[in-house]
Amino acid sequence: MDWQRLLVSYFVGFVLLNVLLGLMAYMTWFERRVLARMQHRVGPNRTGPFGLLQPIADGIKLLAKEDIVPANADRLVFLVAPLLSFALAPLGAAVIPFGETLHLFGLEIPLLVADINVAVLYVLALGSIGVYGIILGGYASGNRYSLLGALRSTAQVISYELVLGLSLVGVFILAGSLSLQDILREQQRALVIGPLTLPNWYILSQPLAFALFLIAAVAETNRAPFDLPEAETELVAGYFTEYSGFRFSFYFLAEYINMIVVSLLAATLFLGGIDGPFVDGVWWLALKALFFLFFYVWLRATLPRFRYDQLMGLAWKVLLPLALLNIGLTGLVRLWGIGAL
Amino acid sequence: MIDFSQPTPVILSEVRQLTPTRRELVLNMGPQHPSTHGVLRVRLTLEGETVIACDPVIGYLHRGVEKLGESHRYAQFVPWTDRTDYVAAPSNNLGYVLAVEKLCGIQAPERAQYWRMIMAELARLASHLVWLGTHALDIGALSVSLYTFRDRELILDIFEKFCGARLTTNMMEIGGFSREIPPDLPEMVREFCRYFPKAIRQYEDLLTENPIWLARTKGVGIIEPDVAINYGLTGACLRGSGVNYDVRKAMPYLFYDRVEFDVPLGTHGDVYDRYLVRIEEMRQSIRIIEQCLEQVPTDGPLMAYESQYVIPPHKNVMTTAEDMQRHFIWVIKGFSPPKGEVYHAVEHSKGELGYYIVSDGSPIPYRLRIRSPDFVNLQSLPYMAQGAMLADIVALIGTIDIVLGSVDR
Repeated sequence: MDWQRLLVSYFVGFVLLNVLLGLMAYMTWFERRVLARMQHRVGPNRTGPFGLLQPIADGIKLLAKEDIVPANADRLVFLVAPLLSFALAPLGAAVIPFGETLHLFGLEIPLLVADINVAVLYVLALGSIGVYGIILGGYASGNRYSLLGALRSTAQVISYELVLGLSLVGVFILAGSLSLQDILREQQRALVIGPLTLPNWYILSQPLAFALFLIAAVAETNRAPFDLPEAETELVAGYFTEYSGFRFSFYFLAEYINMIVVSLLAATLFLGGIDGPFVDGVWWLALKALFFLFFYVWLRATLPRFRYDQLMGLAWKVLLPLALLNIGLTGLVRLWGIGAL
Repeated sequence: MIDFSQPTPVILSEVRQLTPTRRELVLNMGPQHPSTHGVLRVRLTLEGETVIACDPVIGYLHRGVEKLGESHRYAQFVPWTDRTDYVAAPSNNLGYVLAVEKLCGIQAPERAQYWRMIMAELARLASHLVWLGTHALDIGALSVSLYTFRDRELILDIFEKFCGARLTTNMMEIGGFSREIPPDLPEMVREFCRYFPKAIRQYEDLLTENPIWLARTKGVGIIEPDVAINYGLTGACLRGSGVNYDVRKAMPYLFYDRVEFDVPLGTHGDVYDRYLVRIEEMRQSIRIIEQCLEQVPTDGPLMAYESQYVIPPHKNVMTTAEDMQRHFIWVIKGFSPPKGEVYHAVEHSKGELGYYIVSDGSPIPYRLRIRSPDFVNLQSLPYMAQGAMLADIVALIGTIDIVLGSVDR
């Protein structure tokens, strides 16, 4: 019956990919509306009710635009790089559990594409490979702004990847597994502290790791205030300065998909994913992810941008030691088995 | 005589910049760049992200305004002053008309002087709001720019009410104002003065104690007081370094000696101090406007009358023969100020704005020179950029507060 499971997996993956692409399109709408609201503006409101058709109009516009390749670009790399970025972005969502296993027509349908035992490691690895799209695109453009953007991105992602990974080690220690399903199952247990009964969400037992993860995730997805690779006031548009039309939109989409995947991951790792009051389900996950997405937009509306050296200083001098401290503390607590943790 | 057959001598520092070593990268920032505030071009030599050399190149918006002044009659030049620093047009008008009035030895009536002060201070606010918005935007704080432009609209509404134009106002005339002040204008200005301090608090909430803002501005672009003086800096760029020089206090014009206001001074001379100085200047401007509104007479003439240099009032032109003739001559031939030269400086939002006029007794200036503050202030960019990071350059361009129309003229 292996082919059957494979088929089910493909089917779930197909549905997930399409949902994700649709969500991503509406993420742009959501960001523009929320940002506009925060800035005393209206935002897109002409295309359909509340501007809901705006993403479609944007998509058509971008697809219809001319695909310009600069004369001094490395042609092949220039053309392939955005595809690399775009193709890798949604893969991370494959390991995120969207619900309990469904039983339909005598089939077992797990509501996740792949239950890998090193799921988190897999997501981090994808993030690292995704940088290649940025580096190659920036390098191949034959533009100095692109090159600087690509260099910044390399340094930034490498540094923050480290923080991101280390901040999660505490969670792994507590859960005893790298599989997202196991981590989720751990969190669905109740945490009883005296008279209080709380969900065993890791945000409660790992607040420092959560904060570190949040900061590193924003940096990892190149969003404000860590949007240095594409800092428009310094580097025009950074690594995608020379891109136009749908290749530009590939980078754009990749960024938004990354945001969604990271939000889903944060919700699953720290906020109990599908776990919630009343009925567990994908809606809780969606709500939690939406909170993170709102947080992204909020940050963009509020904060100035870091400088390159400050960004690196923050990662290596502040966040990394804190992450190591968190691992040490969690390890000690786990070793001596203090409390319910 | 310059021997044009010989190749032009090349400055050594340029040679170094044009042939970078293998470790260096020449980055051409502008003239088309999102944060060079128009068409400033900065040629940067970078090593990694560190700036080794910074060379501002100007002239992309040069329209020959000074030369135009030497081929227009005195009153015709007022609209051109709008187009030098177009974000604070009334201040430019003011500098020019005061210079011409000084040349002719006339003075506008008290009421007009007060309204000139109010308009000049409003222009300072409008200019500072544009500066704050774009400066914050350059450093990455997206929302501040929209808040400042929202509040600037209120000032532009006042301008529109006053003279019909919003940006290039052309509102001041030699001798005062030829049109009556709209009756509801004082209340409009008062309403704005009541509202605006809240808006300043809002900007400050977003920036003043924001750790990222502090990290980006503190200790960046330091100018020591003596260096600032040597560069001839004026305005917030000078006062941010702690040098107490404000034209409104040093050489009071209009009725600045009749109102109370403080001149804020910085201590470190960095980007942050200049930011604080300008924020405080906005508060002081509100103070000045409020005092002016209290002191200004509610009626009285707005135009210096009975002078050959001043356009006669419209009503008299229509009713008396003498004024009709004077008006005809004034419009067709212009007026001829006495021979001589004059320099008059005003405290523009960006620094000391001076108009130097040489008159040969004809209706057209023999020489007209504009000492624009941001042209002089821009000189300090290479000094401030020594050892800065690439991202600092946009903060430094922002902190000088340039408008290319005024730099290039």
